Amino acid sequence: MSAAIERRAIVVVGGGPAGLAAAIAAYEAGEHDVLILERDTQLGGILNQCIHNGFGLHTFKEELTGPEYAQRFIDRADELGIERRLGTMVLDISSERVVTTVSAANGIDRIQAGAVVLAMGCRERPRGALATPGYRPAGVYSAGTAQRLVNIEGQLPGREVVILGSGDIGLIMARRMTLEGAHVACVAEIMPYSGGLKRNIVQCLDDFGIPLLLSHTVVDVEGRDRVEAVTIAQVDERLKPIPGTEVRYPCDTLMLSVGLLPENELSREAGVELSPVTRGPVVDQSLQTSVAGIFACGNVLHVHDLVDFVSQEAAAAGTQAARYVMADAEEASASRGIPVAATDGVRYTVPSFIDPQRMDDTLTVRFRVANEFRDRYVSVYLDDERIQHRKKRVMAPGEMEQVVLKRADLLAREGLSQITVKLEEA
Amino acid sequence: MYDVVIVGAGVSGCAIARELARYDASVCVIERAEDVCCGTSKANSAIVHAGFDAQPGSLMAKLNVEGNRLMYEWARELNFAVLPVGSLVVCVSEETRPGLDELLARGQANGVPDLRIVERDELLAMEPNIADEAVAALWAPTGGIVDPFGLTVALAENAAANGVDFRFNAAVTAVERTSAGWAVHAGDDVVEARAVVNAAGVYADELHGMFVALADGSPASEAVPTVAAEPLQIVPRKGEYYLLDTTAGAHVRHTVFMLPTAMGKGVLVSPTVHGNLIVGPTATDIEDKEAVNTTPAGLAEVASKCSLTVKDVPLREVITTFAGLRAHQEKHDFVIGEVAGTRGLFDCAAIESPGLTSAPAIGVMVSSMVATRLGLAHKPEGSFDPTRPGVVNLAITSFDDWDELCRQDSKFGNIICRCCRVSEAQIVDVIHRNPAATSLDAIKRRTGATMGRCQGGFCTPKIMEILERELGVDASEVTKRGPGSELVVGRNKDRLPQPAGALEGGDAR
Amino acid sequence: MAQETRELICINCPMGCPLTVTLEDGVVTSVSGNTCPRGDAYGRKEVTNPTRIVTTTVPVDGSATERMVSVKTALDIPKGKIFDVVRELSGVRAQAPVEIGDVVLANVAGTGVDVIATKRA
Repeated sequence: MSAAIERRAIVVVGGGPAGLAAAIAAYEAGEHDVLILERDTQLGGILNQCIHNGFGLHTFKEELTGPEYAQRFIDRADELGIERRLGTMVLDISSERVVTTVSAANGIDRIQAGAVVLAMGCRERPRGALATPGYRPAGVYSAGTAQRLVNIEGQLPGREVVILGSGDIGLIMARRMTLEGAHVACVAEIMPYSGGLKRNIVQCLDDFGIPLLLSHTVVDVEGRDRVEAVTIAQVDERLKPIPGTEVRYPCDTLMLSVGLLPENELSREAGVELSPVTRGPVVDQSLQTSVAGIFACGNVLHVHDLVDFVSQEAAAAGTQAARYVMADAEEASASRGIPVAATDGVRYTVPSFIDPQRMDDTLTVRFRVANEFRDRYVSVYLDDERIQHRKKRVMAPGEMEQVVLKRADLLAREGLSQITVKLEEA
Repeated sequence: MYDVVIVGAGVSGCAIARELARYDASVCVIERAEDVCCGTSKANSAIVHAGFDAQPGSLMAKLNVEGNRLMYEWARELNFAVLPVGSLVVCVSEETRPGLDELLARGQANGVPDLRIVERDELLAMEPNIADEAVAALWAPTGGIVDPFGLTVALAENAAANGVDFRFNAAVTAVERTSAGWAVHAGDDVVEARAVVNAAGVYADELHGMFVALADGSPASEAVPTVAAEPLQIVPRKGEYYLLDTTAGAHVRHTVFMLPTAMGKGVLVSPTVHGNLIVGPTATDIEDKEAVNTTPAGLAEVASKCSLTVKDVPLREVITTFAGLRAHQEKHDFVIGEVAGTRGLFDCAAIESPGLTSAPAIGVMVSSMVATRLGLAHKPEGSFDPTRPGVVNLAITSFDDWDELCRQDSKFGNIICRCCRVSEAQIVDVIHRNPAATSLDAIKRRTGATMGRCQGGFCTPKIMEILERELGVDASEVTKRGPGSELVVGRNKDRLPQPAGALEGGDAR
Repeated sequence: MAQETRELICINCPMGCPLTVTLEDGVVTSVSGNTCPRGDAYGRKEVTNPTRIVTTTVPVDGSATERMVSVKTALDIPKGKIFDVVRELSGVRAQAPVEIGDVVLANVAGTGVDVIATKRA
């Protein structure tokens, strides 16, 4: 630890897809003093273990694998000469933006940042969070952990697999395990619909004859040392197991893909206000959190479906962070803006506050819906005036939706006190 | 040939071993599991009971109060985590208030210091989330919380450092008389000793049975308590728990028990030394001594009962659920002494709650009993080291101190478990201690790694790599908790299906 | 004249339209159930010439950072050959240094398609 505190204009916490895009955008916006802090020994984040293809259709108009998508951004960061510290974990961020890190190379370091971009990503809900009854043997893995074992370490976690949860990682892992020689007995999903992409259901399950059991969950795990069997039962509308529907699957592995949670321990420590819905920070039109000069993007802000949207959002956060440090910080951190209400099937919006004075000419507001909807209208209201009304054939909780707001519309409305995004039947 | 063999490396066995190490004696602990602290000692409420609960005059009452006192003392010598948060027994209806006075009187009779009744206003100030129904509580400031793994490991390490041997993966199959004493068989392994101590937890009744069969009417020693040479039955009493994230750890500040009502016994709600919130247990008598599975009914019971004393317990913050087995015996008192008619076969059985709290006192009592019977002398002054270096806990280390640690060993800068802030240095440290941590769970118990909100999601592969490297083993040999709990089953593509069955069942459309 | 129908779920968007594809003598005569032209095209291809990109990993020797290197088929391969591809890849090892796009196995399973690295190692 050096006695003198290091000063940096922008510190980006996390070198995954969000951190890379934010750092590049901040640099391109004119602030060249950008530092990426990454706890792993390489950049790219979780993309490094997402070896399947399908990334980047929006960004590059081609289908890339995770490592390839990451490499495009790493190459750009290299070109710009953006500094990064690998093997460096952020331990604390103060509300005054003092970032404390630890690394094997340097021990503890403290950095005073002009702006901080939070890009720590998310983590998986573990089995324990489901309170699934049964034993706690070896062989219960979250899908991401299994993905790391298989794709990075080359180790096979099991040979006979049951998967709980049909999120995309679970579906992808069903195929990965199959292609590495394991047998996947089924994928159980407690909801009456899958949270995964249709394409993944077809190409990861149907291609290999793996059944998808909707409205089913795991009610027992057997095996004292290693998983020996799991029992799956159908659930009712209240998601409670229906007695008499139990089926026992002998297996050596239970893999879970039951949700992702933004990793906001540092945000909380920094005093950043978190949304109880997304579990990520509450942000304004600049993706700035409730703490001045701290911005958030990517899965730490809200869990995304496509990495392309992570990159887009992170680029916006990086640009805003650069503007923040280049402008008068005092001026930039003034009012909070007009609240955006998410109602009638819309679970949340990002951002949740908009200051029309400070927004760009257009602003993308992202949201997720609470259920599967068909033929609903996505409506935007400025107070009680409806300014957008767009029909969507289908919407699902697994997919992110968006509306684009125009600055001119918001400015035109005097005394605007609330913006509402909601679903309507007509 | 040892002087003493202790069967069972739970908290009682390890406490006895550590205290026997004060004597000039050779001691061996044999354990059926792969590590210390794998049975009852592992899965319990982790409470340092004040001692008001046990019946005055019982062994339990005496050892609880004495164990409570020693616990705080030993924590300083042995560097394990204990916090004197105090405990509250909450009375939730005026009708049951006499029960509170009774408990106070019982505690005072047991010699528990500083007990008093707190009325609702004071209680609310102490515990803002106390249930609206709470009218008063018994306040026991000497109650506390302890790291049961840390305690047991500390005792084992200190015992080992003072010459005690440990053998793992050795389940006792038979005990025989020899010319010089006793032979304890564990499969093909035989350990001979002049005395055998039964600290076998839920299996203590089986070992007791072997002891009784060997009774030949040897005269008892007057200085040593005896246990009747009659059958003993230990009933595994299952307790199921919720463990909540550290975000919920401050929901209560003290250990909150419920004063039993006509509606039942309630469950406790308590912070843990790791900063989590623990809620439980149930109490269900079962037959299977290995059945540490949680059940829908048990978990539902905990979920509904916790609200009797504490409101808004944030159960959605659960990070894991687990079950433990108490070694329950009908008379509900510890069974400690030499089995009548034998010379040197000792029981330390039926150690159920408050067994964890009592462990230090049990260690002192049993070791002195054995020493008396065998005529063991204390080691010369200064040759027993009562201290044991703790495992660094970075979660409570200042950044300046942490930086200093990194200078001594850069591995302190490589974080492996991000949820609980465990570095590579701590993991390597415990792998090379004695007894060694050679599995994922053994590392968890000593360092806290994998115990956080992601439950090992990120750090399991990293810890596996460290185990491979430090132990010089293949990934396929790395286990969660010993043989049979291997974490991976092979390598990618090592058993691909043959062409005929390649797309079996697939391509149906 | 052999007529057959095949039921599919369109993968192009979250709609997941249930497609019915009718074939006569192996030639697609109609696709129904789709709501857009992409569904029609998908239905026709999926029943006559279903193809996939296969992604997997192979061990890499001599890399300071990686134990495995991720790979993919450079182009789509016939769906029926997925397992032939992974079987041919078992036993294949890459040698560091590896660059993205390096051919790890040429003409895999007689498909005429190369397996290429998707990560540096």
